[in-house]
Amino acid sequence: MRILSLVILALTLMTRPILAQDISNYTLENGLEVLVIEDHRAPVVVQMVWYRAGAADEARGVSGVAHFLEHLLFKATDDLESGEFSDTVAANGGSDNAFTSKDYTGYYQRIAADRLELVMTMEADRMRDLRLSVDDIATERDVILEERNMRTENDPSALFSEQRNAAQYMNHPYGIPIIGWKHEMEKLSLEDALAFYRRYYAPNNAILVVAGDVLPADVLALAKKHYGPLAPTVDLPKRSRTLEPPHLAERRLAYADPRVSQPYVIRTYLAPERNSGAQKQAAVLTMLSELLGGNGQTSVLGRKLQFEQQKAIYTSAFYSGMSLDQTTFGLVMVPSEGVDLAEGEALLDTAVAEFIEEGVDAEQFARIKMQLRASLIYERDDVQALANMYGAALTSGLTVKDVQDWPEILKDVTADEVIEAAAMLLDKKQAVTGWLTKPDAVAEVSQ
Amino acid sequence: MKRIYMALIALLTFTAVAKAEVEIQEVTSPGGITAWLVEEHSIPFTSLEIRFKGGTNLDADGKRGAVNLMSGLLEEGAADMDARQYAAAVEGLAASFGFSARSDALAISAQFLSENRGAAMELLRAALVEPRFDQTAIDRVRAQVISGIQGDLKDPDDIAGRRFSELAYAGHPYATSRSGTLDSVAELTREDLIAAKAATIARDRLFVAAVGDITPDELGALLDGLLGDLPAVGANMPKRADYQLTGGVTVIPFDTPQSVVIFGHEGIERHDDDFFVAYLMNTILGGSGRQSRLMEEVREKRGLTYGVYSYLQPMDYAELYMGSVASANDRVAEAIDVIRAEWIKMAEDGVTAEELDGAKTYLTGAYPLRFDGNGPIANIMVGMQITGLPVDYIATRNDKINAVTLGDITRVAKRFVRPDDLRFVVVGQPEGLKPAN
Repeated sequence: MRILSLVILALTLMTRPILAQDISNYTLENGLEVLVIEDHRAPVVVQMVWYRAGAADEARGVSGVAHFLEHLLFKATDDLESGEFSDTVAANGGSDNAFTSKDYTGYYQRIAADRLELVMTMEADRMRDLRLSVDDIATERDVILEERNMRTENDPSALFSEQRNAAQYMNHPYGIPIIGWKHEMEKLSLEDALAFYRRYYAPNNAILVVAGDVLPADVLALAKKHYGPLAPTVDLPKRSRTLEPPHLAERRLAYADPRVSQPYVIRTYLAPERNSGAQKQAAVLTMLSELLGGNGQTSVLGRKLQFEQQKAIYTSAFYSGMSLDQTTFGLVMVPSEGVDLAEGEALLDTAVAEFIEEGVDAEQFARIKMQLRASLIYERDDVQALANMYGAALTSGLTVKDVQDWPEILKDVTADEVIEAAAMLLDKKQAVTGWLTKPDAVAEVSQ
Repeated sequence: MKRIYMALIALLTFTAVAKAEVEIQEVTSPGGITAWLVEEHSIPFTSLEIRFKGGTNLDADGKRGAVNLMSGLLEEGAADMDARQYAAAVEGLAASFGFSARSDALAISAQFLSENRGAAMELLRAALVEPRFDQTAIDRVRAQVISGIQGDLKDPDDIAGRRFSELAYAGHPYATSRSGTLDSVAELTREDLIAAKAATIARDRLFVAAVGDITPDELGALLDGLLGDLPAVGANMPKRADYQLTGGVTVIPFDTPQSVVIFGHEGIERHDDDFFVAYLMNTILGGSGRQSRLMEEVREKRGLTYGVYSYLQPMDYAELYMGSVASANDRVAEAIDVIRAEWIKMAEDGVTAEELDGAKTYLTGAYPLRFDGNGPIANIMVGMQITGLPVDYIATRNDKINAVTLGDITRVAKRFVRPDDLRFVVVGQPEGLKPAN
């Protein structure tokens, strides 16, 4: 690895007070954020590097390049041969992988705690010193096309989801699939990948999360040694995506595929996300999704549609506020045998309207708050999941404090706030309603 | 009586600086139920893993799917609670119970807080001892199971796996889906479910592991309260399954862009002296977690797939050596050729010293990393018990890996890697690939 000694990056750091037990965070002078989560129960460490760059940060016309680059990061650098990164991790008994989402790309290794410096050396190396060849591009592009075949082309439900999502976001890049549109993936070039890499893979656009049997001071010293010398991207643009125009018309779509065995109706509404210092609305929507469709047996939709009316075999409501820009709130209804999608959708609408009319069941609300309290206990058992939560938050516009405030904000949500927020579910102008069917569904229904 | 074992896992070969310490206690309850326990009091909850050996292999003739449907109904009403009341009670305690019907065992996983452990165990006891099997619940869960079976019938992975099993084990429960068929599930009655419970959930096939905020005495009392009222004896275990498949290619036409392939032949028993040798050899050939030969040749060099794997699949009554790959219809024939060539190469030439060393370091180093959390540790411990491994296995396992020699691999590769016996089951519209027997 080339040490960027010409860039004078003194290793001073801005230390913030420890915000909660076992979690420490720092920022190096070159902009790298460092987060340490201690868990000393086993001699294991997880190192993760999260880049504030995901599929929604791609330029137009090169969809899938963020994910493509993620694959290419396992190829050669100035210090490592192609494949050597993972081989070295494995030879030391560790495992490694990576993931790409709409707002972030992440890389991680899980390894014996005394091998942290080894994986840090390699992760710091590939942040700036990737050496890609044209051969890498051709072969790895075939691999991501096969990945798309596996995840999407072979799965009617995934194809349907892609079409619905494109209808949901009329102007924002969240409407473009993370893996990319096939016709654009086929043309992704070395230059496309490198342009994304050079701009976004830099210490001032990254977060290092180290979790496990480590001491914060040791992690910091290692981070300074290995990541400290890396040069930041000086002209790093502020993250701002093209925004949605007002949604004035309800959107509906139907996708028929002979591989469908179980038709269903699904509707998503454009919805606000968690924002730093302003998470209230997202907290209310989180509680709304739990009450409406969090548990098949005890939720409102489950009770009404699966138990009382016996018209559905499965129902759900879903919402995730972890998103840089506007997210979605969704409802699903999988009708019972003999119930067509028109009837299923009407029943779903009625159930939601009744919920707004009837209000929140106090006992159900109390049980969900109990679950919330317990989740704070259970989550301590899985330090990698905690690391994931912080990494996702810090790349989605939130801070450590926002993550730590979140449980309390959820706890303070009131029943009245939930009902007030549920009114958005009556406005279908914000929504995309999709029917997934077999090709002959219409004929079957009319028989 | 309690016996305490200390299992030290040496982590990594040369430096051996880090060690994972798992202190397993063998607990016997006053009522005579045994369990393995690791105390971990730093977080106020416990993970409990329960297994009843037998599983869906114990479906009665003509009642395929009964054990699966029964297991889905255990949490759908018990004692004086109907399904919704039961679910609300579990939710209110923030406990979670999972019931899953596997081929060789019924698996129950529970997680519960220390503050309401007693109440949570009352609920789990009700599910295991006094499930109601209300007709409305049966019909509701049956509809979910049937929807799942219909989905499997159109899923290329399921289609491939099912065909392989049918061809391999005709006449044995392994030949058919654990969930049953559309017809068999439609005809199951409440009596069938009661019989399925009596066949599978009994103390003569019980294995338990617990990890978390609980002492041996507390666990002993818990075991008697939770499991003491179960019947002593269940149904007879099934016979061994004879492998009936020969080498060749089976093509199942299915209109989808990427062909899905399952391949394999007979494997090696878990208790065979050569199991660790075969395990190491497969790690090199097609294991997941590190760069295998198959991944290198099929994915890295040729870009023919996103993933290709091979794995040993020892079951209680048969054993397989299996693999999978998925590749576009116009490229899958080449992927199969490459896999076949790697199979031949392994059978004829074995592995290099460098490959063997790399696989050893990986496997011995990765092993302690599995012990990361209450649930995973409980899972490992219950798996050891049901497999018949001793409590000191954790301490000796890496030694067994390290003892494998190049000569061992050569010998075992000749014995267990059989290119001529490989059967490929391909679901899709593969080009240039002819069925062959």
